[in-house]
Amino acid sequence: MTSLLCLRGVKTYYGNIIALRGIDVDVREGEIVTLIGANGAGKSTLMMTIFGNPRAREGSIRFAGRDITGLPTHEIARLRIAQSPEGRRIFPRMTVMENLQMGAAVRDGGTAADLKRVLSLFPRLADRLSQRGGTLSGGEQQMLAIARALMGRPRLLLLDEPSLGLAPIIARQIFDIIRILNERDGLSVLLVEQNAYHALRLAHRGYVIVNGAITISGTGHELLARPEVRAAYLEGGRR
Amino acid sequence: MATAPAKNDIAGAFKDAGFWALVALGLFLPLIGFRAVQDIHNELTLETRWPLLFAFVAIVAAGRLLHNLLIAPWRERRRVAARAAVGAPHWSARLGSVLAPLFIGFALAYPAIAVWLAGAGGAVKWIDNFGIQILIYVMLGFGLNIVVGLAGLLDLGYVAFYAVGAYSYALLAQTFGFSFFMLLPVAGILAAFWGMMLGFPVLRLRGDYLAIVTLAFGEIIRLVLINWVPVTNGYAGIASIPRPTFFGIPFNASDEGFAAVFGLPLSPIYRLVFLYYIILALALLNSFVTVRLRRLPVGRAWEALREDEIACRSLGINTTNTKLTAFAIGAGFGGFAGAFFAARQGFISPESFTFMESATILSIVVLGGMGSQIGVAIAAIAMIGGTEALRELDVLKEVFGNDFDPTQYRMLLFGFAMVLIMVVRPRGLIAAREASVHLAARKKISGALVREGRG
Repeated sequence: MTSLLCLRGVKTYYGNIIALRGIDVDVREGEIVTLIGANGAGKSTLMMTIFGNPRAREGSIRFAGRDITGLPTHEIARLRIAQSPEGRRIFPRMTVMENLQMGAAVRDGGTAADLKRVLSLFPRLADRLSQRGGTLSGGEQQMLAIARALMGRPRLLLLDEPSLGLAPIIARQIFDIIRILNERDGLSVLLVEQNAYHALRLAHRGYVIVNGAITISGTGHELLARPEVRAAYLEGGRR
Repeated sequence: MATAPAKNDIAGAFKDAGFWALVALGLFLPLIGFRAVQDIHNELTLETRWPLLFAFVAIVAAGRLLHNLLIAPWRERRRVAARAAVGAPHWSARLGSVLAPLFIGFALAYPAIAVWLAGAGGAVKWIDNFGIQILIYVMLGFGLNIVVGLAGLLDLGYVAFYAVGAYSYALLAQTFGFSFFMLLPVAGILAAFWGMMLGFPVLRLRGDYLAIVTLAFGEIIRLVLINWVPVTNGYAGIASIPRPTFFGIPFNASDEGFAAVFGLPLSPIYRLVFLYYIILALALLNSFVTVRLRRLPVGRAWEALREDEIACRSLGINTTNTKLTAFAIGAGFGGFAGAFFAARQGFISPESFTFMESATILSIVVLGGMGSQIGVAIAAIAMIGGTEALRELDVLKEVFGNDFDPTQYRMLLFGFAMVLIMVVRPRGLIAAREASVHLAARKKISGALVREGRG
C-alpha cells in the first residue's frame, strides 16, 4: 500500500529553537494514524508543519506523490487535505451555515450534497444553522470544526486534539464519528490526541513523539500493550 | 459600573452625582474655567469663566443623577427582560430591511423637499452643507467599512486614498482637460493602486501594528502633498479645478450655461442638485457593490479573515489576495469620493486631508456598527449633519452669552456621542448583520447573541 502522506526527516524550527528533530511519519490510504505525546512534544507543530506554517527547514513532505514541502498553506489545503485545527478556530461571528460554506471554499461547484452529508453526521448542527458560531457550546464548536473540514471532501483529515475540553460522552461521540468516516467513506485520518487510550484504540497505527522526535511506532494495539507507553501516557496520572 | 448605586438608593444616587460633579470640576477647571486673552496692549491676561464652568459641572451632575435614578434601573430591567428572551432577535435586527428603502426614497426626494420647504435660495445651504457633505462621508464610510468592518483590517490612514482621488482628478483635469466622468474611474483606479501599495508591506501585520503603519501611511501621503510643491503646489493647494458639466453643458452664467440652455432663471441650485445626485449615485453604487460582494466568495472570505486568519489559510483561502482586494476596493471607493470632493470644492489643499478626517470616517464606521451599511449611513448623518446643525444653534448664545460659538464644542459633542453609544450599544448602532447564505428562511443574527472571542 502506498503512502498518502509521507514525511521524511522533517525538521522544524521556531527561530533558532528546534521543535521537530527529523520526523518520519506515514499515513496510508484509508488509515487512521494517531500521534500521541506529552505537552510540548511537538504534536501540534507537526500538524502545522504539514500545512506549511511553520515551514519545514529540512526534510520532505509528500502528499499523494507530490512534494508539498514548499507550498503555501492555502495551496496545500486545495489538494484536499483538511484540518480541524487546535482550538477549533471556527469563525465566531459568522453563522454555522456560513462556517460550513467556508469549508467548501477549496473547491468549485455546489455544496448542497456535502451539506446534507455533513449534517447527517452532526444532526445537532442542523438545528443551529442560523446561529452564530460563537454561541455554540464547546462540543458543538468541535463538531462544527470537523464538519467544516469535511465540507471540502478531503482525502486526508488532520485532527488536532478533537476531544480537548469536552465531556467524555461528547468525546466518545466524536471518536465514533471519526470511525464512521473512516470505515464508510474510506477517509484517511491523522489524529493528534492527549487522550491516548481512546486514540490508540481507534487508530490502525500510532506514533509516540517525545521532545520533537518519534520514539516508538506500531499498530494501535501494539502500542497499547507496550509497557513504556502505558507507563508514560496511560497510567501516568494514577501512578 | 462599580460606582453605580443599587436601585432605589436615592441618597447614594445623589452622592454619586456629587462625586461626578467634583471630577467634572477638576477636569473642566483648567479647560473651561480659565482662558488666556490678548488685551489691547497685546498682553496675555487670564480671564475666568465661572458661570460657564458652573453650567458644565451642573450638566454633568444632572446627567449622572438622571442616569442613576432613571436610566440605570431601566437598563437593569431591560437586561433581565433580555435574559428571558434570549434567541429573539434584537429590534435593531429588523431595522435594516425596513429603513433601507425609506432612506433611499428620502435621499432621492431630498433636493425636492429642500427646495419646497426653503425655496430655491434657501435650499442651497441644505443641499450643499447637509446633503452633499453627509453623502461624501456616507461614501467614505461605506468604503472604509469594507476594510475595517468586513475584512477587519484597522486602517487609520484612509484619508490618504481620499487625497489620492482628489489630487488625481484635480491634476489630470487641469493638465489634460479630461471631463469629470472620464476621470472618476481613473481616480478610483489610482486610489485602488495605492491601496495595494499600502497593502503589500502590511500583509503580515494585524491589529495595533497595522493601525500604526496605516496611520503613518496617511501622514506620508499628506506630507508628500505638502512638500512636492512643483506638482501639488504645496500648502497653497490647487485652485480652479474644473467642475463637472451636465453632459457637456457647464453650470455657469454664459449663453451655453445650463440655465440658458434650458431657459431657466439663473441659480446655483441646479449645479448643487446635479452634484447631489452624482454623489448619491456613487454612494448607492458603493452600497450595492458591497452587498453583492458579501454574497460572493471574496466577501465571505473577508469576513472569515476578520474572524480568524489562520483558519482561513487552512481552509484554502489565499489571505494575501483577500487582504489586497479589501484594501484595493476600499481605497477605490475612497478615490471616487476624493475625485468628487475636488470637483465639488473647486479647490483642494493638504489641509483637507488631515488625520482628523481619517478619525471622523473611522468613528462613523465604528459608531454605525462595523459591517452595517444602514448603520454607517445613520452615523454619518448624525455626526456630519450634527456638526453642521451646530452652526444653526444660535439659541445657545442666549444661554451661554454672545461669545459662545457652538461649533467650537463639536469635538466635545463627538466625544460625548461616542461614549454614549459605546455604553448603550457597544457594537455600534446597528450591530446585527444579515447572514449571507441561508438554507431556508432568512434570519437576522443579532449582535446581542454573541460575545467577543470564542466561547
